[in-house]
Amino acid sequence: MTDSKKYPNRLGLTGWLGGGRWGVERYLYTLHRLSGLGLLAYFLLHILVTSSRAFGMEAWERWMGIVGGPVFRVGEFLVYLAFAYHAINGLRLVLIELGFAVGKAEEPVYPYRSSVNVQRPLMVVAMIVVVVLVVAGGYQFLGLSH
Amino acid sequence: MKETKYWTWHMFAGVIILVLLGLHMITMHLNTILGLFNPFGGEAIEWANVAARGKLVIYAVFYIALLGIALYHGLYGFRTILFELGLKRGTQKFINVLFVVVGLGLFVIGTWAAIKFQTVAQVI
Repeated sequence: MTDSKKYPNRLGLTGWLGGGRWGVERYLYTLHRLSGLGLLAYFLLHILVTSSRAFGMEAWERWMGIVGGPVFRVGEFLVYLAFAYHAINGLRLVLIELGFAVGKAEEPVYPYRSSVNVQRPLMVVAMIVVVVLVVAGGYQFLGLSH
Repeated sequence: MKETKYWTWHMFAGVIILVLLGLHMITMHLNTILGLFNPFGGEAIEWANVAARGKLVIYAVFYIALLGIALYHGLYGFRTILFELGLKRGTQKFINVLFVVVGLGLFVIGTWAAIKFQTVAQVI
C-alpha cells in the first residue's frame, strides 16, 4: 500500500491549478485527470443504462427516451470530447513513459538540448489529432452529416 | 513492487481501451460518416441496430472485455488520485475494498446484460 507520509502532498488538489515551471504539459496533466474522472462517472452510469437492453425493446427505448433530450445530447458530446482528449493524450503519456519520446542521452554542451525538444512537438501533434477527432465527432453531433 | 505492477497494467489497459473504445465510438458516434456496424441505417442506438450487433457473439466478447479493462483502468486511476491526497492507511484500505466491490459488481451486471442480450437479440 502507498505510504504517502514520507512525501506529503502539501498542495493537494490546488496543485492541479498552477502549471508553474512545468508549462503547458502540466495543464494537460490536469485536464487528463479531469477528463478521466468525467469519463469514469459517465461510464459507471452508462453500464447501468445500457444494461436495460437485456430486458427487451421497451425497456431500451424507455431509457433512450430519457437520455435522448438536448441536455443529454450536449453531455454526450462532452463525453466524446473527453474521450478524444484522454485517449490521445494518454497515448502521448505512454510513449513518454516507455522512453520513446525523451530523446537520447548526450553530453550537456551549451546550448543545452532537453527532452522538451522532443516532447513538445509530440504534444503539438497529439493536440492536432485531438482537434481533428473533435471536429469529426462534432460534425455528427451537430447533425451536419444528415 | 506490487504498485509498479498495477501501474503497468493500468498503462497497457489504456492502450487496449484506445482500440476497443475507439471502435465503440466509431460505431456509436461516427456512424453517419463511416456507416459501420449499423446495418439498418439511422441512429446507432435504434433497437434494430442494437439487436443486429447483439446477435454477434464477437460483440458480446468485445463488450465484456472493454467493460472489465475499462473498469480496472478507471477505478485504478481514481484510486491513484485519491491516494495522492495523503490518506491514512485505514482509509486507503477502505477505498481498496470499496473499489473492488463496486468494480466486480458492475462487471457482473454488464456481463450478465451482454450474455442475456444474446438470447433476447436472437428471437428478433
